[in-house]
Amino acid sequence: MSVDKDTVAKIANLARIAVSDDELESTAGELNNILDWVEQLSEVSTEGVEAMTSVVAASLPRREDKVTDGGYRDQVLKNAPVSEHGFFAVPKVIE
Amino acid sequence: MRNLYQGATGDWEVVIGLEIHAQVISESKLFSGASTKFGSEPNTQVSFVCSAQPGMLPVINEECVRQAVRTGLAMGCQINLRSVFDRKNYFYADLPQGYQISQFKDPIVGEGVVTVDLEDGSTKDIGVERLHLEQDAGKSMHDQHPSMTYVDLNRSGVALMEIVSKPDMRSAEEAGAYFKKIRSLVRYAGTCDGNMDQGSMRADVNVSVRRPGEPLGTRTETKNVNSIRYVMMVIESEIRRQVDVLEDGGTIDQETRLFEVATGTTRTMRSKEEAHDYRYFPDPDLLPLEFSQAFVDELAKEMPELSDAKKARFIKDLHISAYNAGVLVAEKESADYFEELLSATVEKSGKQVSELGTMVSNWVTGDLFGALKKLGKGITGSPVSIAHAAELLSLQVDGTISGRIAKEVFENMLESGKSPEVIVDEKGLKQVSDTGAIETMIDEILVANADKVEEYRGGKEKLYGFFVGQVMKQTGGKANPQVVNQLLRPKLDG
Repeated sequence: MSVDKDTVAKIANLARIAVSDDELESTAGELNNILDWVEQLSEVSTEGVEAMTSVVAASLPRREDKVTDGGYRDQVLKNAPVSEHGFFAVPKVIE
Repeated sequence: MRNLYQGATGDWEVVIGLEIHAQVISESKLFSGASTKFGSEPNTQVSFVCSAQPGMLPVINEECVRQAVRTGLAMGCQINLRSVFDRKNYFYADLPQGYQISQFKDPIVGEGVVTVDLEDGSTKDIGVERLHLEQDAGKSMHDQHPSMTYVDLNRSGVALMEIVSKPDMRSAEEAGAYFKKIRSLVRYAGTCDGNMDQGSMRADVNVSVRRPGEPLGTRTETKNVNSIRYVMMVIESEIRRQVDVLEDGGTIDQETRLFEVATGTTRTMRSKEEAHDYRYFPDPDLLPLEFSQAFVDELAKEMPELSDAKKARFIKDLHISAYNAGVLVAEKESADYFEELLSATVEKSGKQVSELGTMVSNWVTGDLFGALKKLGKGITGSPVSIAHAAELLSLQVDGTISGRIAKEVFENMLESGKSPEVIVDEKGLKQVSDTGAIETMIDEILVANADKVEEYRGGKEKLYGFFVGQVMKQTGGKANPQVVNQLLRPKLDG
Protein backbone atom coordinates (compact mmCIF):
# COMPACT_ATOMS: atom_id res chain seq x y z
CA MET A 1 0.00 0.00 0.00
CA SER A 2 1.28 3.45 -0.84
CA VAL A 3 -0.11 6.95 -1.14
CA ASP A 4 0.40 9.57 -3.82
CA LYS A 5 0.30 13.36 -3.70
CA ASP A 6 -3.45 13.50 -4.38
CA THR A 7 -4.27 11.10 -1.58
CA VAL A 8 -2.14 13.10 0.83
CA ALA A 9 -3.94 16.30 -0.20
CA LYS A 10 -7.30 14.61 0.29
CA ILE A 11 -6.45 13.20 3.73
CA ALA A 12 -5.02 16.56 4.80
CA ASN A 13 -8.23 18.25 3.76
CA LEU A 14 -10.41 15.71 5.57
CA ALA A 15 -8.33 16.11 8.73
CA ARG A 16 -8.31 19.91 8.36
CA ILE A 17 -4.52 20.01 8.38
CA ALA A 18 -2.87 22.59 6.15
CA VAL A 19 -0.26 20.94 3.92
CA SER A 20 1.13 23.29 1.28
CA ASP A 21 1.62 22.10 -2.30
CA ASP A 22 5.39 21.95 -2.03
CA GLU A 23 5.11 19.80 1.10
CA LEU A 24 2.87 17.18 -0.57
CA GLU A 25 5.68 15.27 -2.28
CA SER A 26 7.83 14.96 0.82
CA THR A 27 4.84 14.16 3.06
CA ALA A 28 3.79 11.37 0.68
CA GLY A 29 7.34 10.00 0.91
CA GLU A 30 7.30 10.04 4.71
CA LEU A 31 3.90 8.39 4.89
CA ASN A 32 5.00 5.71 2.42
CA ASN A 33 8.04 4.94 4.57
CA ILE A 34 5.71 4.36 7.52
CA LEU A 35 3.32 2.27 5.45
CA ASP A 36 6.19 0.15 4.13
CA TRP A 37 7.37 -0.47 7.65
CA VAL A 38 3.88 -1.49 8.80
CA GLU A 39 3.56 -3.67 5.70
CA GLN A 40 6.41 -5.82 6.98
CA LEU A 41 4.17 -6.89 9.85
CA SER A 42 1.89 -8.68 7.44
CA GLU A 43 4.72 -11.12 6.74
CA VAL A 44 4.13 -12.60 10.19
CA SER A 45 1.60 -15.43 10.20
CA THR A 46 -1.25 -14.57 12.56
CA GLU A 47 -3.20 -17.73 11.79
CA GLY A 48 -5.29 -18.63 14.85
CA VAL A 49 -4.13 -15.64 16.87
CA GLU A 50 -6.91 -13.61 18.42
CA ALA A 51 -6.88 -9.91 17.58
CA MET A 52 -5.42 -7.84 20.41
CA THR A 53 -7.19 -4.63 21.27
CA SER A 54 -5.14 -3.52 24.23
CA VAL A 55 -1.69 -4.17 25.58
CA VAL A 56 -3.09 -4.63 29.07
CA ALA A 57 -5.58 -7.34 29.91
CA ALA A 58 -8.46 -5.15 31.01
CA SER A 59 -12.17 -4.97 30.39
CA LEU A 60 -14.12 -1.85 29.53
CA PRO A 61 -14.85 0.04 32.74
CA ARG A 62 -18.49 1.07 33.18
CA ARG A 63 -20.23 3.70 35.24
CA GLU A 64 -23.57 3.79 36.96
CA ASP A 65 -26.34 5.84 35.31
CA LYS A 66 -26.11 8.85 37.60
CA VAL A 67 -25.80 12.56 36.91
CA THR A 68 -22.38 13.43 38.33
CA ASP A 69 -21.14 16.11 35.97
CA GLY A 70 -22.09 19.28 34.09
CA GLY A 71 -23.65 22.47 35.39
CA TYR A 72 -20.59 24.67 34.86
CA ARG A 73 -21.44 26.53 31.70
CA ASP A 74 -19.07 29.42 32.38
CA GLN A 75 -16.10 27.06 32.46
CA VAL A 76 -17.26 25.17 29.36
CA LEU A 77 -17.61 28.41 27.41
CA LYS A 78 -14.50 30.03 28.83
CA ASN A 79 -12.14 29.11 25.98
CA ALA A 80 -14.65 29.69 23.19
CA PRO A 81 -13.53 32.54 20.91
CA VAL A 82 -17.10 33.84 20.91
CA SER A 83 -20.08 32.95 23.06
CA GLU A 84 -23.44 34.69 23.28
CA HIS A 85 -26.50 34.12 25.47
CA GLY A 86 -24.95 30.91 26.80
CA PHE A 87 -24.32 29.46 23.34
CA PHE A 88 -21.09 28.86 21.48
CA ALA A 89 -21.24 31.32 18.58
CA VAL A 90 -19.52 30.29 15.35
CA PRO A 91 -19.48 31.76 11.83
CA LYS A 92 -22.82 30.93 10.25
CA VAL A 93 -23.06 27.38 8.91
CA ILE A 94 -25.39 27.37 5.94
CA GLU A 95 -26.75 24.19 4.44
CA MET B 1 -49.37 -8.91 -3.14
CA ARG B 2 -46.91 -6.57 -4.80
CA ASN B 3 -46.96 -2.82 -4.62
CA LEU B 4 -46.19 -1.45 -8.05
CA TYR B 5 -46.18 2.14 -9.18
CA GLN B 6 -47.35 2.98 -12.62
CA GLY B 7 -45.08 5.26 -14.58
CA ALA B 8 -45.66 6.56 -18.09
CA THR B 9 -43.63 3.67 -19.53
CA GLY B 10 -44.65 0.80 -17.27
CA ASP B 11 -44.53 -0.43 -13.70
CA TRP B 12 -41.91 0.40 -11.11
CA GLU B 13 -41.13 -1.22 -7.80
CA VAL B 14 -39.87 0.85 -4.87
CA VAL B 15 -37.32 -0.42 -2.35
CA ILE B 16 -37.17 1.29 1.04
CA GLY B 17 -34.86 0.98 4.02
CA LEU B 18 -35.02 3.04 7.23
CA GLU B 19 -32.33 4.03 9.69
CA ILE B 20 -34.13 5.04 12.87
CA HIS B 21 -32.31 7.05 15.51
CA ALA B 22 -33.87 6.53 18.91
CA GLN B 23 -32.66 8.45 21.94
CA VAL B 24 -31.97 6.13 24.87
CA ILE B 25 -33.85 6.76 28.10
CA SER B 26 -31.12 7.31 30.70
CA GLU B 27 -30.33 9.85 33.39
CA SER B 28 -26.86 10.65 32.14
CA LYS B 29 -25.05 10.59 28.81
CA LEU B 30 -23.44 7.62 27.06
CA PHE B 31 -19.85 8.48 27.99
CA SER B 32 -20.18 11.28 30.55
CA GLY B 33 -22.01 11.99 33.78
CA ALA B 34 -23.84 15.07 32.45
CA SER B 35 -27.65 15.06 32.52
CA THR B 36 -29.80 14.17 29.50
CA LYS B 37 -32.80 16.24 30.63
CA PHE B 38 -34.61 17.93 27.75
CA GLY B 39 -35.29 21.65 27.55
CA SER B 40 -32.69 23.01 29.95
CA GLU B 41 -30.77 26.27 29.54
CA PRO B 42 -28.14 25.96 26.76
CA ASN B 43 -24.82 24.36 27.67
CA THR B 44 -25.79 23.76 31.31
CA GLN B 45 -25.66 19.97 30.89
CA VAL B 46 -22.22 19.81 29.43
CA SER B 47 -19.16 18.24 31.02
CA PHE B 48 -15.55 18.54 29.92
CA VAL B 49 -16.05 15.14 28.23
CA CYS B 50 -19.04 16.14 26.11
CA SER B 51 -17.40 19.42 25.14
CA ALA B 52 -14.28 17.45 24.12
CA GLN B 53 -11.76 19.29 26.26
CA PRO B 54 -8.22 17.94 25.78
CA GLY B 55 -7.33 14.85 27.76
CA MET B 56 -10.86 13.85 28.74
CA LEU B 57 -11.71 10.15 28.47
CA PRO B 58 -15.07 8.46 27.83
CA VAL B 59 -16.48 5.98 30.39
CA ILE B 60 -19.53 4.02 29.26
CA ASN B 61 -22.88 4.23 31.04
CA GLU B 62 -23.95 0.66 31.86
CA GLU B 63 -27.65 1.52 31.73
CA CYS B 64 -27.31 2.59 28.08
CA VAL B 65 -25.82 -0.83 27.36
CA ARG B 66 -28.78 -2.51 29.05
CA GLN B 67 -31.23 -0.32 27.13
CA ALA B 68 -29.65 -1.32 23.81
CA VAL B 69 -29.84 -5.00 24.75
CA ARG B 70 -33.49 -4.64 25.85
CA THR B 71 -34.34 -2.99 22.55
CA GLY B 72 -32.57 -5.78 20.67
CA LEU B 73 -34.56 -8.36 22.63
CA ALA B 74 -37.82 -6.50 21.94
CA MET B 75 -37.08 -6.69 18.20
CA GLY B 76 -36.19 -10.36 18.43
CA CYS B 77 -32.61 -9.65 17.39
CA GLN B 78 -29.37 -11.47 17.99
CA ILE B 79 -27.43 -9.87 20.87
CA ASN B 80 -23.69 -9.64 20.31
CA LEU B 81 -21.73 -10.39 23.48
CA ARG B 82 -18.79 -8.47 22.09
CA SER B 83 -19.05 -5.20 20.23
CA VAL B 84 -16.61 -2.44 19.34
CA PHE B 85 -16.79 1.35 19.39
CA ASP B 86 -15.39 3.19 16.40
CA ARG B 87 -14.77 6.81 15.56
CA LYS B 88 -16.76 8.26 12.69
CA ASN B 89 -14.77 11.29 11.62
CA TYR B 90 -16.28 14.50 10.29
CA PHE B 91 -16.16 18.18 11.09
CA TYR B 92 -19.19 20.16 12.07
CA ALA B 93 -19.71 23.01 14.52
CA ASP B 94 -21.93 20.98 16.85
CA LEU B 95 -19.54 17.99 16.99
CA PRO B 96 -16.81 19.16 19.37
CA GLN B 97 -14.73 15.98 19.20
CA GLY B 98 -14.43 16.09 15.42
CA TYR B 99 -15.73 12.52 15.46
CA GLN B 100 -18.78 10.68 16.68
CA ILE B 101 -18.23 7.59 18.80
CA SER B 102 -20.34 4.95 17.08
CA GLN B 103 -20.20 1.25 16.25
CA PHE B 104 -19.28 0.27 12.73
CA LYS B 105 -18.11 -3.29 12.10
CA ASP B 106 -19.25 -4.93 15.32
CA PRO B 107 -22.56 -3.53 16.63
CA ILE B 108 -24.10 -4.53 19.99
CA VAL B 109 -27.24 -5.95 18.31
CA GLY B 110 -27.43 -8.01 15.12
CA GLU B 111 -30.18 -9.30 12.87
CA GLY B 112 -33.82 -9.77 13.74
CA VAL B 113 -37.32 -9.55 12.33
CA VAL B 114 -40.34 -7.47 13.29
CA THR B 115 -43.87 -8.15 12.08
CA VAL B 116 -45.95 -5.14 11.07
CA ASP B 117 -49.73 -4.85 10.67
CA LEU B 118 -50.97 -3.38 7.40
CA GLU B 119 -54.23 -1.59 6.78
CA ASP B 120 -55.84 -4.42 4.84
CA GLY B 121 -55.43 -6.65 7.89
CA SER B 122 -52.43 -8.53 6.52
CA THR B 123 -49.02 -8.62 8.18
CA LYS B 124 -45.50 -8.40 6.82
CA ASP B 125 -42.11 -9.36 8.23
CA ILE B 126 -39.48 -6.63 7.98
CA GLY B 127 -35.86 -7.53 8.64
CA VAL B 128 -33.73 -5.58 11.11
CA GLU B 129 -30.10 -5.47 10.03
CA ARG B 130 -28.55 -4.19 13.26
CA LEU B 131 -28.75 -1.78 16.17
CA HIS B 132 -25.72 0.13 17.32
CA LEU B 133 -25.01 2.57 20.12
CA GLU B 134 -23.64 6.01 19.33
CA GLN B 135 -23.38 9.56 20.61
CA ASP B 136 -25.72 12.30 19.56
CA ALA B 137 -24.27 15.61 18.38
CA GLY B 138 -25.06 19.07 19.78
CA LYS B 139 -27.69 21.36 18.38
CA SER B 140 -27.03 24.19 15.93
CA MET B 141 -29.32 27.17 15.56
CA HIS B 142 -28.87 29.08 12.33
CA ASP B 143 -31.67 31.60 12.65
CA GLN B 144 -30.81 33.41 15.89
CA HIS B 145 -28.18 35.79 14.57
CA PRO B 146 -27.56 37.33 11.12
CA SER B 147 -23.98 36.08 10.76
CA MET B 148 -23.53 33.51 13.52
CA THR B 149 -24.66 29.97 14.23
CA TYR B 150 -25.40 29.29 17.89
CA VAL B 151 -24.36 25.92 19.29
CA ASP B 152 -25.84 24.21 22.36
CA LEU B 153 -24.02 21.07 23.50
CA ASN B 154 -26.65 19.83 25.99
CA ARG B 155 -27.52 17.00 23.59
CA SER B 156 -23.90 16.29 22.72
CA GLY B 157 -23.01 12.81 23.93
CA VAL B 158 -26.55 11.65 24.73
CA ALA B 159 -26.91 7.95 23.82
CA LEU B 160 -28.66 7.05 20.60
CA MET B 161 -29.63 3.68 19.21
CA GLU B 162 -29.44 3.56 15.44
CA ILE B 163 -31.77 0.83 14.23
CA VAL B 164 -31.08 -0.14 10.63
CA SER B 165 -33.70 -2.06 8.68
CA LYS B 166 -33.11 -4.32 5.74
CA PRO B 167 -34.36 -2.92 2.41
CA ASP B 168 -37.55 -4.94 2.86
CA MET B 169 -40.25 -2.29 2.52
CA ARG B 170 -42.08 -1.80 -0.77
CA SER B 171 -44.46 1.09 -0.08
CA ALA B 172 -44.91 4.20 2.03
CA GLU B 173 -47.56 2.34 4.01
CA GLU B 174 -45.16 -0.49 4.91
CA ALA B 175 -42.46 1.99 5.94
CA GLY B 176 -44.97 3.91 8.08
CA ALA B 177 -46.16 0.69 9.71
CA TYR B 178 -42.56 -0.36 10.41
CA PHE B 179 -41.66 3.00 11.98
CA LYS B 180 -44.82 2.83 14.09
CA LYS B 181 -43.94 -0.70 15.19
CA ILE B 182 -40.38 0.20 16.20
CA ARG B 183 -41.71 3.22 18.10
CA SER B 184 -44.22 1.03 19.90
CA LEU B 185 -41.54 -1.57 20.75
CA VAL B 186 -39.08 0.92 22.25
CA ARG B 187 -41.88 2.56 24.22
CA TYR B 188 -43.10 -0.75 25.61
CA ALA B 189 -39.54 -1.78 26.40
CA GLY B 190 -39.03 1.57 28.14
CA THR B 191 -35.83 2.26 26.20
CA CYS B 192 -36.88 5.41 24.26
CA ASP B 193 -39.79 7.76 24.91
CA GLY B 194 -40.61 7.94 21.18
CA ASN B 195 -41.27 11.64 21.46
CA MET B 196 -40.90 12.91 17.91
CA ASP B 197 -41.53 16.60 18.74
CA GLN B 198 -38.47 16.63 20.97
CA GLY B 199 -36.40 14.77 18.39
CA SER B 200 -36.20 11.56 20.46
CA MET B 201 -36.91 9.59 17.30
CA ARG B 202 -36.02 10.46 13.74
CA ALA B 203 -35.36 8.50 10.59
CA ASP B 204 -33.09 8.57 7.58
CA VAL B 205 -35.14 7.29 4.66
CA ASN B 206 -33.44 5.34 1.86
CA VAL B 207 -35.45 5.04 -1.34
CA SER B 208 -34.71 3.56 -4.76
CA VAL B 209 -36.89 2.39 -7.63
CA ARG B 210 -36.42 -0.38 -10.18
CA ARG B 211 -38.32 -2.30 -12.80
CA PRO B 212 -39.85 -5.39 -11.16
CA GLY B 213 -37.32 -8.22 -11.03
CA GLU B 214 -34.34 -6.04 -11.91
CA PRO B 215 -31.33 -5.39 -9.63
CA LEU B 216 -31.54 -2.58 -7.07
CA GLY B 217 -31.57 0.97 -8.41
CA THR B 218 -29.45 3.84 -7.08
CA ARG B 219 -30.79 5.09 -3.77
CA THR B 220 -31.13 8.48 -2.18
CA GLU B 221 -31.06 9.10 1.57
CA THR B 222 -33.34 11.74 3.07
CA LYS B 223 -32.01 12.73 6.48
CA ASN B 224 -33.60 13.49 9.84
CA VAL B 225 -37.28 12.99 9.11
CA ASN B 226 -39.08 13.40 12.43
CA SER B 227 -42.60 12.02 12.00
CA ILE B 228 -44.22 8.91 10.61
CA ARG B 229 -46.36 10.99 8.28
CA TYR B 230 -43.32 12.84 6.93
CA VAL B 231 -41.52 9.54 6.31
CA MET B 232 -44.46 8.46 4.16
CA MET B 233 -44.48 11.84 2.34
CA VAL B 234 -40.75 11.58 1.64
CA ILE B 235 -41.25 8.16 0.08
CA GLU B 236 -44.20 9.20 -2.09
CA SER B 237 -42.32 12.26 -3.28
CA GLU B 238 -39.08 10.36 -3.97
CA ILE B 239 -40.93 7.67 -5.94
CA ARG B 240 -42.51 10.31 -8.18
CA ARG B 241 -39.27 12.20 -8.62
CA GLN B 242 -37.09 9.17 -9.33
CA VAL B 243 -39.58 7.61 -11.75
CA ASP B 244 -39.86 10.93 -13.62
CA VAL B 245 -36.07 11.27 -13.87
CA LEU B 246 -35.60 7.69 -15.06
CA GLU B 247 -38.45 7.77 -17.54
CA ASP B 248 -37.00 10.94 -19.04
CA GLY B 249 -33.78 9.00 -19.63
CA GLY B 250 -31.91 10.48 -16.70
CA THR B 251 -30.02 8.81 -13.87
CA ILE B 252 -30.41 9.01 -10.10
CA ASP B 253 -27.46 10.39 -8.14
CA GLN B 254 -26.63 8.63 -4.92
CA GLU B 255 -27.02 11.61 -2.62
CA THR B 256 -28.29 12.99 0.63
CA ARG B 257 -31.55 14.91 0.46
CA LEU B 258 -33.53 17.08 2.83
CA PHE B 259 -37.28 17.02 3.42
CA GLU B 260 -39.11 20.33 3.11
CA VAL B 261 -42.25 20.29 5.20
CA ALA B 262 -43.77 23.28 3.40
CA THR B 263 -43.81 21.61 -0.02
CA GLY B 264 -43.92 17.97 1.07
CA THR B 265 -40.98 17.25 -1.24
CA THR B 266 -37.25 16.63 -0.91
CA ARG B 267 -34.37 18.66 -2.25
CA THR B 268 -30.73 17.85 -2.69
CA MET B 269 -28.45 18.90 0.14
CA ARG B 270 -25.67 21.11 -1.15
CA SER B 271 -23.14 18.36 -1.52
CA LYS B 272 -20.43 18.49 1.08
CA GLU B 273 -17.71 17.06 -1.09
CA GLU B 274 -16.09 13.97 0.44
CA ALA B 275 -18.43 14.30 3.39
CA HIS B 276 -19.09 10.58 3.28
CA ASP B 277 -15.48 9.65 3.81
CA TYR B 278 -15.82 9.01 7.53
CA ARG B 279 -12.55 7.07 7.96
CA TYR B 280 -13.95 4.82 10.68
CA PHE B 281 -11.43 3.24 13.00
CA PRO B 282 -11.69 1.58 16.44
CA ASP B 283 -11.74 4.21 19.19
CA PRO B 284 -8.43 3.79 21.03
CA ASP B 285 -10.02 5.29 24.19
CA LEU B 286 -12.47 2.41 24.53
CA LEU B 287 -11.92 -1.31 24.92
CA PRO B 288 -14.41 -3.66 23.26
CA LEU B 289 -17.74 -3.88 25.06
CA GLU B 290 -18.15 -7.42 26.40
CA PHE B 291 -20.80 -9.05 28.56
CA SER B 292 -22.02 -12.56 29.31
CA GLN B 293 -25.06 -14.45 28.08
CA ALA B 294 -26.20 -14.49 31.73
CA PHE B 295 -26.33 -10.66 31.62
CA VAL B 296 -28.58 -10.88 28.56
CA ASP B 297 -30.74 -13.62 30.09
CA GLU B 298 -31.26 -11.56 33.22
CA LEU B 299 -32.50 -8.60 31.14
CA ALA B 300 -34.72 -10.91 29.07
CA LYS B 301 -36.34 -12.19 32.25
CA GLU B 302 -37.22 -8.65 33.39
CA MET B 303 -38.66 -7.56 30.03
CA PRO B 304 -42.18 -6.10 30.25
CA GLU B 305 -44.99 -7.61 28.19
CA LEU B 306 -44.67 -6.26 24.63
CA SER B 307 -47.47 -5.26 22.30
CA ASP B 308 -47.71 -8.52 20.32
CA ALA B 309 -47.96 -10.63 23.47
CA LYS B 310 -50.43 -8.19 25.02
CA LYS B 311 -52.61 -8.28 21.93
CA ALA B 312 -52.66 -12.09 21.94
CA ARG B 313 -53.55 -12.11 25.64
CA PHE B 314 -56.38 -9.60 25.17
CA ILE B 315 -57.89 -11.77 22.44
CA LYS B 316 -57.43 -15.07 24.26
CA ASP B 317 -58.20 -14.18 27.88
CA LEU B 318 -60.54 -11.23 27.52
CA HIS B 319 -62.33 -12.41 24.38
CA ILE B 320 -62.08 -9.02 22.72
CA SER B 321 -61.91 -8.63 18.96
CA ALA B 322 -58.57 -8.68 17.15
CA TYR B 323 -59.39 -5.22 15.81
CA ASN B 324 -60.02 -3.70 19.26
CA ALA B 325 -56.98 -5.47 20.67
CA GLY B 326 -54.82 -4.05 17.88
CA VAL B 327 -56.09 -0.52 18.46
CA LEU B 328 -55.56 -0.78 22.23
CA VAL B 329 -52.00 -2.12 22.15
CA ALA B 330 -50.76 0.34 19.50
CA GLU B 331 -49.94 2.81 22.27
CA LYS B 332 -48.75 1.57 25.63
CA GLU B 333 -50.77 4.28 27.42
CA SER B 334 -54.01 3.12 25.75
CA ALA B 335 -53.39 -0.48 26.74
CA ASP B 336 -52.61 0.60 30.31
CA TYR B 337 -55.75 2.76 30.50
CA PHE B 338 -57.86 -0.10 29.18
CA GLU B 339 -56.47 -2.62 31.67
CA GLU B 340 -56.85 -0.28 34.61
CA LEU B 341 -60.40 0.59 33.58
CA LEU B 342 -61.26 -3.06 33.10
CA SER B 343 -60.13 -4.05 36.57
CA ALA B 344 -61.82 -0.99 38.11
CA THR B 345 -65.08 -1.93 36.34
CA VAL B 346 -64.76 -5.54 37.49
CA GLU B 347 -64.35 -4.35 41.06
CA LYS B 348 -67.20 -1.87 40.85
CA SER B 349 -69.74 -4.10 39.08
CA GLY B 350 -68.76 -7.46 40.54
CA LYS B 351 -68.86 -9.08 37.09
CA GLN B 352 -66.21 -11.32 35.53
CA VAL B 353 -63.36 -9.95 33.42
CA SER B 354 -64.40 -12.11 30.47
CA GLU B 355 -67.94 -10.68 30.59
CA LEU B 356 -66.72 -7.08 30.54
CA GLY B 357 -63.75 -7.23 28.16
CA THR B 358 -65.68 -6.56 24.98
CA MET B 359 -67.87 -3.87 26.47
CA VAL B 360 -64.97 -1.97 28.05
CA SER B 361 -62.80 -2.30 24.91
CA ASN B 362 -65.67 -1.04 22.74
CA TRP B 363 -66.17 1.92 25.04
CA VAL B 364 -62.46 2.85 25.12
CA THR B 365 -61.86 2.47 21.38
CA GLY B 366 -65.22 3.97 20.41
CA ASP B 367 -66.71 6.52 22.83
CA LEU B 368 -63.55 7.58 24.62
CA PHE B 369 -61.19 7.70 21.61
CA GLY B 370 -63.87 9.54 19.62
CA ALA B 371 -64.23 12.16 22.34
CA LEU B 372 -60.46 12.53 22.78
CA LYS B 373 -60.03 13.00 19.06
CA LYS B 374 -62.61 15.77 19.07
CA LEU B 375 -60.86 17.41 22.00
CA GLY B 376 -57.46 16.99 20.34
CA LYS B 377 -56.15 15.15 23.40
CA GLY B 378 -54.22 11.95 23.99
CA ILE B 379 -55.21 9.22 26.39
CA THR B 380 -52.92 10.60 29.08
CA GLY B 381 -54.78 13.91 28.88
CA SER B 382 -58.20 12.26 29.17
CA PRO B 383 -60.64 14.49 31.04
CA VAL B 384 -62.43 11.36 32.30
CA SER B 385 -60.72 9.56 35.15
CA ILE B 386 -60.55 5.77 35.38
CA ALA B 387 -62.78 5.90 38.47
CA HIS B 388 -65.52 7.90 36.71
CA ALA B 389 -65.34 5.75 33.58
CA ALA B 390 -65.65 2.57 35.66
CA GLU B 391 -68.66 4.07 37.45
CA LEU B 392 -70.32 4.90 34.13
CA LEU B 393 -69.78 1.42 32.72
CA SER B 394 -70.99 -0.21 35.94
CA LEU B 395 -74.21 1.83 35.86
CA GLN B 396 -74.77 0.41 32.39
CA VAL B 397 -73.83 -3.15 33.38
CA ASP B 398 -76.21 -3.25 36.35
CA GLY B 399 -79.07 -1.86 34.26
CA THR B 400 -79.34 1.48 36.05
CA ILE B 401 -79.00 3.29 32.75
CA SER B 402 -79.34 2.17 29.13
CA GLY B 403 -76.58 2.33 26.54
CA ARG B 404 -78.19 5.34 24.97
CA ILE B 405 -78.41 7.23 28.25
CA ALA B 406 -74.82 6.20 29.00
CA LYS B 407 -73.72 8.14 25.92
CA GLU B 408 -75.66 11.17 27.13
CA VAL B 409 -74.14 10.93 30.60
CA PHE B 410 -70.66 10.60 29.05
CA GLU B 411 -71.18 13.83 27.07
CA ASN B 412 -72.16 15.51 30.29
CA MET B 413 -69.13 14.11 32.12
CA LEU B 414 -66.83 15.58 29.45
CA GLU B 415 -68.40 19.01 29.92
CA SER B 416 -68.94 19.12 33.66
CA GLY B 417 -66.30 16.75 35.02
CA LYS B 418 -68.95 15.44 37.43
CA SER B 419 -69.24 11.80 38.44
CA PRO B 420 -71.76 9.79 36.41
CA GLU B 421 -73.73 8.79 39.51
CA VAL B 422 -74.22 12.45 40.38
CA ILE B 423 -75.29 13.26 36.82
CA VAL B 424 -77.78 10.38 36.71
CA ASP B 425 -79.27 11.49 40.05
CA GLU B 426 -79.43 15.17 39.18
CA LYS B 427 -81.02 14.63 35.81
CA GLY B 428 -83.24 11.72 36.84
CA LEU B 429 -81.84 9.47 34.16
CA LYS B 430 -82.30 6.16 35.98
CA GLN B 431 -83.66 3.51 33.73
CA VAL B 432 -87.27 2.57 34.37
CA SER B 433 -87.42 -1.17 35.01
CA ASP B 434 -90.68 -1.03 36.97
CA THR B 435 -92.77 -3.56 35.01
CA GLY B 436 -96.09 -2.27 36.41
CA ALA B 437 -95.45 1.28 35.23
CA ILE B 438 -94.19 0.17 31.82
CA GLU B 439 -97.10 -2.24 31.37
CA THR B 440 -99.62 0.52 32.05
CA MET B 441 -97.85 2.73 29.58
CA ILE B 442 -97.87 0.02 26.90
CA ASP B 443 -101.59 -0.60 27.39
CA GLU B 444 -102.30 3.10 26.92
CA ILE B 445 -100.17 3.25 23.78
CA LEU B 446 -101.86 0.23 22.24
CA VAL B 447 -105.28 1.76 22.86
CA ALA B 448 -104.26 5.12 21.45
CA ASN B 449 -102.83 3.48 18.33
CA ALA B 450 -105.43 0.81 17.68
CA ASP B 451 -105.16 1.26 13.87
CA LYS B 452 -101.42 0.51 13.94
CA VAL B 453 -102.03 -2.50 16.17
CA GLU B 454 -104.39 -3.85 13.47
CA GLU B 455 -101.82 -3.26 10.76
CA TYR B 456 -99.15 -5.02 12.83
CA ARG B 457 -101.35 -8.01 13.45
CA GLY B 458 -102.16 -8.00 9.73
CA GLY B 459 -98.50 -8.73 9.00
CA LYS B 460 -96.78 -5.34 9.00
CA GLU B 461 -94.19 -6.45 11.54
CA LYS B 462 -91.93 -3.51 10.93
CA LEU B 463 -94.30 -1.49 13.10
CA TYR B 464 -92.86 -3.22 16.17
CA GLY B 465 -90.16 -0.57 16.26
CA PHE B 466 -92.80 2.15 16.25
CA PHE B 467 -94.32 0.85 19.50
CA VAL B 468 -90.91 0.58 21.16
CA GLY B 469 -90.24 4.14 20.05
CA GLN B 470 -93.46 5.34 21.64
CA VAL B 471 -92.56 3.78 24.99
CA MET B 472 -89.09 5.33 24.83
CA LYS B 473 -90.55 8.68 23.93
CA GLN B 474 -92.87 8.67 26.89
CA THR B 475 -90.11 7.69 29.32
CA GLY B 476 -87.52 10.05 27.87
CA GLY B 477 -85.46 7.05 26.77
CA LYS B 478 -85.30 5.69 30.29
CA ALA B 479 -87.38 2.56 29.89
CA ASN B 480 -85.29 -0.60 30.18
CA PRO B 481 -85.36 -1.98 26.62
CA GLN B 482 -85.32 -5.60 27.80
CA VAL B 483 -88.33 -5.04 30.03
CA VAL B 484 -90.13 -3.26 27.21
CA ASN B 485 -89.52 -6.17 24.86
CA GLN B 486 -90.64 -8.74 27.40
CA LEU B 487 -93.94 -6.94 27.94
CA LEU B 488 -94.67 -5.53 24.50
CA ARG B 489 -94.19 -8.63 22.34
CA PRO B 490 -96.84 -10.85 24.02
CA LYS B 491 -99.34 -7.98 24.16
CA LEU B 492 -98.99 -7.22 20.45
CA ASP B 493 -98.93 -10.85 19.35
CA GLY B 494 -101.71 -11.76 21.77
